[in-house]
Amino acid sequence: MAERSFRKEVQQLRIGAGETFRGEGILAITKALLENGVGYVGGYQGAPISHLMDVLADAEDILAELGVRFEANASEAAATAMLAASVHYPIRGAVTYKGPVGANVASDALANLASGGVKGGALVIVGEDYGEGSSIMQERSHAYAMKSGIWLLDPRPNLPSITEAVRNGFELSEASNTPVMMMVRIRACHVHGAFEARDNVAPPLSVRDALSNPQRDTSRIVLPPYSYRHEQEKVTQRLPAALDHIRAHGLNERFGPETAPVGIVVQGGMYNGLIRALQRLGLADLHGDSLVPLYVMNVAYPVVEDEFLEFAEGKEAVLVVEEGTPGFIEQALRAALHKAGSARTIEGKGVLPEAGELTGRVMLDGVARFLRAHAPGLLPAEVRAPNRDAPPPAPDLSDAVPIRPPGFCTGCPERPIFAAMKLVEEELGQHQVAGDIGCHLFSTMPPFFIGGTTMGYGLGGASNAAFDGGGEKRSISIMGDGGFWHNGLTSSIGNAVFNRSDGVTIIVDNYYSAATGGQDVMSSRADNPSKSTGHPISKALEGVGVGWIRQIDRTYDVTKMRDTLREALTTDHAGPKVIIASSECMLNRQRRERPQLQAAIREGRRAEKPKFGVDEEVCTGDHACMRLSGCPSLTLKMPDDPLRDDPVAYIDQTCVGCGNCGEVADAAALCPSFYRADLVHNPRRFEAWLARLRARVIAWLQGRRDARRLTWGTAEGQG
Amino acid sequence: MNAALGELTPGRPDSRLSGIVKLAIFAVGGQGGGVLNGWIVDLAERNGFDVQATSVAGVAQRTGATIYYIEMLPRSGRAPVFALAPAEGDVDILLAAELMEAGRAVMRGFVTPDRTRVIASSHRALATVEKMVPGNGAGDGQAVMRALRDQAAGVVAFDMQAIAEEAGTVISSALFGALAGSGHLPFEVESFRDTVRASGRGVEASLAAFERACAEAQGAAGAGGEAQAGEEAEEPAGAERPRGPERLLAEYTAQEGRIAELPEPVRATVAAGLRKLVRFQDPAYGAEYLDRLEVLARADHDAGGAAHDFAFTATAAKYLANAMAYDDIIRVADAKTRVGRFDRIRSEVDAPPRALTRVTEYTHPGSAEVVSLMPAGLGRRVEARPGLVRFIDRLVNRGRHIRSDRIGGFVSLYMLAGLRRWRRGLLRHGREMAHIESWLDTAQGRVSRDYALAVETLRARRLIKGYSDTHIRGLSKFDRVMAGIAMVEHRDDAAEWARRLIDAALADEKGEALDGARKTIESFA
Repeated sequence: MAERSFRKEVQQLRIGAGETFRGEGILAITKALLENGVGYVGGYQGAPISHLMDVLADAEDILAELGVRFEANASEAAATAMLAASVHYPIRGAVTYKGPVGANVASDALANLASGGVKGGALVIVGEDYGEGSSIMQERSHAYAMKSGIWLLDPRPNLPSITEAVRNGFELSEASNTPVMMMVRIRACHVHGAFEARDNVAPPLSVRDALSNPQRDTSRIVLPPYSYRHEQEKVTQRLPAALDHIRAHGLNERFGPETAPVGIVVQGGMYNGLIRALQRLGLADLHGDSLVPLYVMNVAYPVVEDEFLEFAEGKEAVLVVEEGTPGFIEQALRAALHKAGSARTIEGKGVLPEAGELTGRVMLDGVARFLRAHAPGLLPAEVRAPNRDAPPPAPDLSDAVPIRPPGFCTGCPERPIFAAMKLVEEELGQHQVAGDIGCHLFSTMPPFFIGGTTMGYGLGGASNAAFDGGGEKRSISIMGDGGFWHNGLTSSIGNAVFNRSDGVTIIVDNYYSAATGGQDVMSSRADNPSKSTGHPISKALEGVGVGWIRQIDRTYDVTKMRDTLREALTTDHAGPKVIIASSECMLNRQRRERPQLQAAIREGRRAEKPKFGVDEEVCTGDHACMRLSGCPSLTLKMPDDPLRDDPVAYIDQTCVGCGNCGEVADAAALCPSFYRADLVHNPRRFEAWLARLRARVIAWLQGRRDARRLTWGTAEGQG
Repeated sequence: MNAALGELTPGRPDSRLSGIVKLAIFAVGGQGGGVLNGWIVDLAERNGFDVQATSVAGVAQRTGATIYYIEMLPRSGRAPVFALAPAEGDVDILLAAELMEAGRAVMRGFVTPDRTRVIASSHRALATVEKMVPGNGAGDGQAVMRALRDQAAGVVAFDMQAIAEEAGTVISSALFGALAGSGHLPFEVESFRDTVRASGRGVEASLAAFERACAEAQGAAGAGGEAQAGEEAEEPAGAERPRGPERLLAEYTAQEGRIAELPEPVRATVAAGLRKLVRFQDPAYGAEYLDRLEVLARADHDAGGAAHDFAFTATAAKYLANAMAYDDIIRVADAKTRVGRFDRIRSEVDAPPRALTRVTEYTHPGSAEVVSLMPAGLGRRVEARPGLVRFIDRLVNRGRHIRSDRIGGFVSLYMLAGLRRWRRGLLRHGREMAHIESWLDTAQGRVSRDYALAVETLRARRLIKGYSDTHIRGLSKFDRVMAGIAMVEHRDDAAEWARRLIDAALADEKGEALDGARKTIESFA
C-alpha cells in the first residue's frame, strides 16, 4: 500500500476526446500513455516519479481493460530490460524511474537496448530530481542519452506539452528505431494543470498476443559482428532518421519575432522560468509572447544543427539557457557554429552560473546580464544602467532560524535502532559505519550523527568491503528492505558471504520501500492482490549462506536491539553477521490503523490508543532523551516552576505511542519522567468496575498521606 | 509563432502581469501543506481563475522544510505562462506554517517590503538541533518577528497551531482560514468554505478551525496590523494557601513571616523556594532553607548588595531551593503518586468521560539508587564493598515498567514516596547537604571581594541535574566549572569567565565546549 492513494484521481484516466483533464503532471503522463496505445508499463519508484508508479498501480484495472501489462520492476535495470519487448515486437512500452540515480542503475540494460535498437516505441520517463528539495547527487541524466545514442526529450513544463511529448516520443522512437528518454523535472511532475483529452487506445498488438507468435531477429543481438553494425547504424541510419523526424514534425519550437539582434536557446523544461524573467524585464507578455526570439529545445538531444543555425542566422549573439553542469547543449551548439565557420557569439555558462538550479533570481540576473551586453536597447533604463542601489540584502537570521533537515517521522521504527547504536557506541566506541539509500540515512543527521557514506541502492554492505577482512573493531553497514531487494541481496550480502566478511549488517525491514512512498516489496507483510509478498528476508539470507542471523521483530525494544548489536560486534562467529531489525513503517501503519480505530470508537467497540507523556516535575531539562530521539512529537516547553531555567521535555498531541521514549529512557537509564497512558475506549464492564475500584483505593491512600502534610490545591504537582 | 505584441513595448512589463497572484507556502513536512495547496487550487478554479500549483514531494521533505508554490490569474481564454517556483523578491502572499519557516522565507529573500504580505503561524515546532542542547537551545523567535515586521508589506501572525489543535484538526485549516480572513485573495469567504466542504474529510473540525482563524485574521487586518498575542505574562500563582494539619500550617505561616524580613527584591523567589521545599520534605526543611538564606542575605548586605538589587541572595534563593529539592527516587515516586496526577494525564490524552486510562511508568533503577536510599552508615559500608554493590546491581538493574494505576504498582511507588519521613538520615541526603555547604561557602567567601563572581558561583549549580549518568555528568561539569573559576578567581574579569564557562558547559552533552573554554583559561591563567 503506497503512501498516497490515487484511487479517486485515476478515474480521470477513463475520460475521452472532448473532455478536459485536470490534475498533476504524473497523472497526465499516464493518461497520455493510454492515449498512445502503450502495450506495457513498468518502472521503479523514487521521487519525483514515485507517484507515477503509484498511479499505475492504482490504475491496474484500467490498464487491464485495455490489455496493458503493468510490472512493478525490481530495479531500474529490470525496468529497462523489460523494454526488450519492443526490440522484436511492434509494441509500445514505457518505463519510469528517478534520474539520474535510476539511469545509473539502468545503464547496463539501457546501453544494450540502445545498441540493438527497437521496433516498437520505447519510452523511458525520467523524473529529474535536481535542485531544491532533491535528495540525490546533483548530476544530469543528459549524459546517458549522449553516451548510448538515445534521444532525450525535455518538454515545456505544462500539461499539453508534456502529454504531447509522450506521443512525440513514441513516434520518434519508432521512426528512428531508438529508445527515447523523456525528462520531467520535479516541479513539473507535481504541477497541477489541464489539457484536452483524447480517447484511450488499446495496443494494436498486446504482449499476450506477442507471446502466441514469437519473433526473433538475430541482427538485434549485442554480439559481434552485429554490435559493430549497431554502432554504424546509430550514426548512419538512426540519427539521420531522428533528425528528419524532429524537423519534419516541429518538435522544437520557435517563438518571438523572426529577426532580432539577439536570440535565446532554451531547454523545454526551462521555458517557464525564462519567460518569467522576460516578463519581469518587459520582454514577454502574460501569455509568453516574447520580443526576443526563442528556440525552445523540446528535444535536448540530438541537437538539430541546421535548425539551430537557421535560428542563429542574422543574430549577433545567442544565449543558451541550460540547467546543470556540464553544459552539453552549449558545447554542441558552439561546435555547430564552429563547424559552420560562423563567428556569432554564444553566451551561456558565464552569464549564467556554471552549476546550480536556475531559480527565479538567477535566471532574471543572467538574462539581464546577457541583454545588457548584447542588446541594451531592449532593456528598461533602470536595468540597463542601474543608478539605484541594489535592494538591501535579506536580513541574516541564521542565528535565530535553525536548520531543519529531513528526519525520521513521528514514531518511526528506525529511530530506536539508531538510539541503540548510539548506546553501543558509548560502550564500545565509534565504529566504521556505511549507509545505503533509504530513510535510515537520516541517521547521519542530528541527533544521531551515525554513518557518513551512501554509495547507492543496496550497496551499503558492499561499500564496507574494504573492511571485510576485519580488525580490532568490526565495520557496520545499514541497508533498508527496499535496498536489500533492489540489489543488496547479491551486491552486499552475497558479496560479504563470498569474501568471508567479518562485518555487521543491519537490515532495516519496515515492510515497505518506505523512503520512496511506501510501495510494497517482496518481504512486505500486506496482502497485495496483484503482487506476491510475504517472502522473509531471513530466508533469503539463509539461502545465500549467511550463518549468523538475528531477527528482531520489535525495533522499539531498544534494550534488545542494543544487546543484539553488541553481540554482533563481539561474537567470535566467522563470516558476516546480519541483524534484521523489523517493525512496520509508522507512516503506513497509522494510515491503515487510524481509520480502523476511529471506526471502533464510533461504533462502541473496545479500542486502545497509546500516548506517551512526561512528568514535568520529574524531568530535569537535560534533554538527554532528545539526543537519542529527534522525534517531532517529543519537544520542549518551559515548566511552570519559576525557579527553573531550562525547558523540559514535553510530548505533543501528534505522539503515536510508539514506545521509543520510554524504551530509550529505560535502556540508557536516563530518567523516570516518561509514562505511557493507554486510553481504553468503550471498556468492558468488568474492566470499568475494576478501574473504579482501583481508583477508590488509590484515592484513599493519597488522602491518607495528604492529611499529614501540606499540599497546594490547583498548583499541585507543578514543582 | 506569434507576431502581434500590440500591448508590449520593450522595457515596460505587460500590465496584466501584475494581476498574477504569486503565493508561496513554507511548511514543515507532515504539516498538511499538500492539503492546503490543493484547497487553494480548488478555490481558484471555483472562482474562474487559471491556476498552477507545484510542490516537491519526496524523502527530502520528511519532517524537513518544504515549499509549495501557486500562481493564479482570472481566466481569459488564453493560458498565461506561470512560473513553477517562487522567485526572490517576487512573492505576493507568503503563508508560513511555523514561525521559523517564515524566518527562513525572509532569509531567502522571498519576503520584500514592496509586495509580500505574510500570513504566519506564530507557534514554534522546535527543530532537532534546538532540542538537543542541554540548556535552552531554542532559536530567537522575537528576532524573526522583528524581521517580518521590517521586511513584509503586512503581517498576520498568531498561533494557528493552537486553533487547529483545539478544533481537533491540522494547521492547514487554520492557515486557510487566516488566508480567507486576511482578504488578500479576491474571493468571498463563503467560497473558501465551499472548498473545505467539498474536500469531504473531517469537514466539521476543519471548518471550526477555519472560522476561528478567519475571524482572528479579519480582526488583524481591520486593525491594520498583527493579531500577534502579547507576551504571556501571567503572574505565578504563589499566593495560594496550602491545606493540611494545623500544626504544619502554623509552622509554614511562621516561615512566611521570616520572608518579610528579607530584602524586597528576593521575596517572591524565596516564597517559591520555600513552597517547593515544604512540598519536597516538610516545613522544618523549609526552615533550614531560610536559615541558610538569612546567613547569605546578611553577607550580601555587608557586601553592599543593595546596589546590586541583592542579586546574590536572589540567585541563592533560586539555586539553593533547587539544590535542596534534589532529584531522588523518593521525589520521583511522590510526584507519580500525588493527588491530581491521574486527572492531569487524563486531560493530556484528552480522555472522554467513559474511557479508562492505564498508566505505565518507565523506570530503570540501578545499584547507586538503591544504595543512596540506605541509611548513611549502612550505605557507606556497602559502598566500600564493590562485590556487594555489583551483587545489588545484578539484583535490581533492569528496566521496570510499573502499572501505577493498579494497586500493586501504585503501592510500591507509594511506599517509596513514604521514605520521605526518613530522608534526612539517608546516604544521599548527607551527600547533598555536604555538597551544598561547600558550594555556598565558596560563593559566600567571594561575595565581599567580587560580587559578580559570587553570583556566578551560585549560578554554576544550574549544571547539576538529572538522574544516574546524567547526574554524574552534571556533577563533573560543575566540578570542572568550579575549578576553572578558581583559576581566574583573582582577575577583574573573573565573573565574565565564569559566565562563559557555565554557558559552555550547557552547550553540549559531554562538555567538549567546556573543555575548550578551560583550555583557553589555562593558556593565560
